[in-house]
Amino acid sequence: MKKTFYIFVILFLKFNIAHSLIEVDITRGNLDPLPIAVSPLYVDVQSENYKDIKIKELGELISSVIEKNFKSTGLFNPLNKDAFVQKPDIAHLKPRFEDWRLITAQALVTGKISVKDNKLKVEFRLWDLAAAQEMVALAFTTTPSNWRRVAHIISDKVYERLTGETGYFDTRIIYVSETGLKTQRVKKLAIMDQDGENTKYLTLGNELVLTPRFNPTNQLVTYMSYFRNLPRVYLLDIETGIQEVVGNFPGMTFAPRFSPDGKKIIMSFAKEGNSDIYTMDLETRLVEKITEDSSIDTSPSFSPDGKYICFNSDRSGLQQIYTMKSDGTNVKRISFGNGIYGTPVWSPRGDLIAFTKMRAGKFYIGVMRSDGTGERLLTENYYQEAPSWSPNGRLLVFYRETKSGKDGSGFSAKLWSIDITGYNERELKTETDASDPSWSSLLSK
Amino acid sequence: MTKSLIYSLSFHAIMILLTVLSLPFMIREPVDLPPIVSMQLIQISDETNIPFAPKARKVINKVKEEEKRVVSEQAPPSAKAKEKPDRIPLPKKQDEKKKLVKKKQNPKEVKTEVRQTSEFEKKDIIDTNQIAALIDKAKEDSAKVKKNNNKLTQDSKKNAFAKGLTLSEEDALRAQIFGCWTVPLGLPYDDDLLVRIKLDLKQDGTISRSEILDHERMNRPGQKFYKVLAESALRAVRICQPLRVPQTGYDKWKTIQLNFNPMEMLKG
Repeated sequence: MKKTFYIFVILFLKFNIAHSLIEVDITRGNLDPLPIAVSPLYVDVQSENYKDIKIKELGELISSVIEKNFKSTGLFNPLNKDAFVQKPDIAHLKPRFEDWRLITAQALVTGKISVKDNKLKVEFRLWDLAAAQEMVALAFTTTPSNWRRVAHIISDKVYERLTGETGYFDTRIIYVSETGLKTQRVKKLAIMDQDGENTKYLTLGNELVLTPRFNPTNQLVTYMSYFRNLPRVYLLDIETGIQEVVGNFPGMTFAPRFSPDGKKIIMSFAKEGNSDIYTMDLETRLVEKITEDSSIDTSPSFSPDGKYICFNSDRSGLQQIYTMKSDGTNVKRISFGNGIYGTPVWSPRGDLIAFTKMRAGKFYIGVMRSDGTGERLLTENYYQEAPSWSPNGRLLVFYRETKSGKDGSGFSAKLWSIDITGYNERELKTETDASDPSWSSLLSK
Repeated sequence: MTKSLIYSLSFHAIMILLTVLSLPFMIREPVDLPPIVSMQLIQISDETNIPFAPKARKVINKVKEEEKRVVSEQAPPSAKAKEKPDRIPLPKKQDEKKKLVKKKQNPKEVKTEVRQTSEFEKKDIIDTNQIAALIDKAKEDSAKVKKNNNKLTQDSKKNAFAKGLTLSEEDALRAQIFGCWTVPLGLPYDDDLLVRIKLDLKQDGTISRSEILDHERMNRPGQKFYKVLAESALRAVRICQPLRVPQTGYDKWKTIQLNFNPMEMLKG
């Protein structure tokens, strides 16, 4: 009996020691972009051609757009197609994971398209190559001319699955297109896809237009225009082309922006050297004065929950950023750094406020927390301003003016985007010079 | 009857005692590490020399430069002379060397002089760098430990020492996984994101079974980031296999737990 007991105890001890778990902390990793393979989408042989779109080439085209989108994020590294071993049709059914792992891919996008009865059907799958399993599989049906949007939607779905954030590819950017000499600038409203494609001009350029802003819930745009030399805030429906003046203000209205629910416009109204912030309800047309101060209050922007407003004001002497409740109470100054702050914009995530800062003759685009702490300057240049958030709050688009020409007497204005980490700064290609960008919300939700 | 009751009672008491003693929080590891740590660190610096992304590299290089400056200021200038007194060039030779370098008229002579000095300096440089690297690494590691308030992290580090892997073995494993783990960069900074993966390993370091310990959290609403992180960690482990494990002591490391925590890195 005793023997059995001792043996049992010894065995128990041995088992216990042998199974004490080793733990290793992994606190660092690779910050390189994720290697991803985007296989050309397989085109069903029975597909019919549609107008001037060559369906046979569509598989390649869609995968190229997806690749371009991924590359632009700085988070993914699309691998060269020449290295792909497997054909698109077989890859889409069941990829040979070893083949794809050989080229160091960690994720794979495959797909299939077919056109029947003038309808484009696109299927795609995202594969986790290390786990050898499918991560997402979706199918879309649309008109073939919408193929670029399909590519953007696929990019959004993959991006969301791999990063946990919603994407921003199926979006558009509205901006002011600029042509001509600096003294005789022609400014038109223009709109394009976020990747610079499908540019369309919304105004003729007869009047000066400034600060276009998207409604976060629909395809309405608000902007400022000088009609008969009087700056006024306008409302434009992109789908119908109908525009109207916002409110019946006796003086100058400017710096308009929509509320997060899209039901109100918040803007500045200037009268006799003083400007205050007002809101106007788009349904009831009711106007409400939000600030009442002898200083210049302008550039208002709502927080995503609509409860707060950030704006800039010179009430402390220099132009600084302030926040207040949406009824105008509890005004707090949040910027205290050296320099002048302007164009504050609340992030769609709600955590950060983007701004333009001017200090020692240079312009910076930066972000700070909504309580004013954690100020970070992301980019510096000779002249740049007007940041606008991507719908997921990950990127900022802004415009930058640079000197051009041999003697540096000319200038050019271009759109740029930057990640909130301060990395992946890149120029957005536009047909003309461009300024005052505003990023739309996702077109497909 | 009484005897068997006593046996039963004592057996149960021992069992309860053993169970309590074997619980992780009861294990008290020595706080002071033996001096072996500094010897092992050479290996760590070799093993952990993985390609960092630009941001991380910048931060580490900056820290290293600052540390180097401190080290060079602290080092006594006479130390080099003491180490190799027979190789100190004579004043005449020094003059000649200076002249040769200034004139640059005789390439051959300059070359020989350069070679001599380079050999001479090389050894010194290697020595100081290695020492500096040791100090750098030690300071970095100690700073990290100080910075890291995560109790789990500190306990588990001790666990690894005491229960199966030496410092170098643990670092080799960690360095291997560092290279394989592509951290999802969209993660929010403030979230409590720690992914614990339990691995059953074969003797060759390949994985026979992997399990995310908080796997139910992955499917909870609002835990998208956790899911992405967990998947990236699992991907890293799979890509990395066979893991760099010791050739002996299989029983000790056949089950290991990896705690993936990217917050320190994402905060920069």
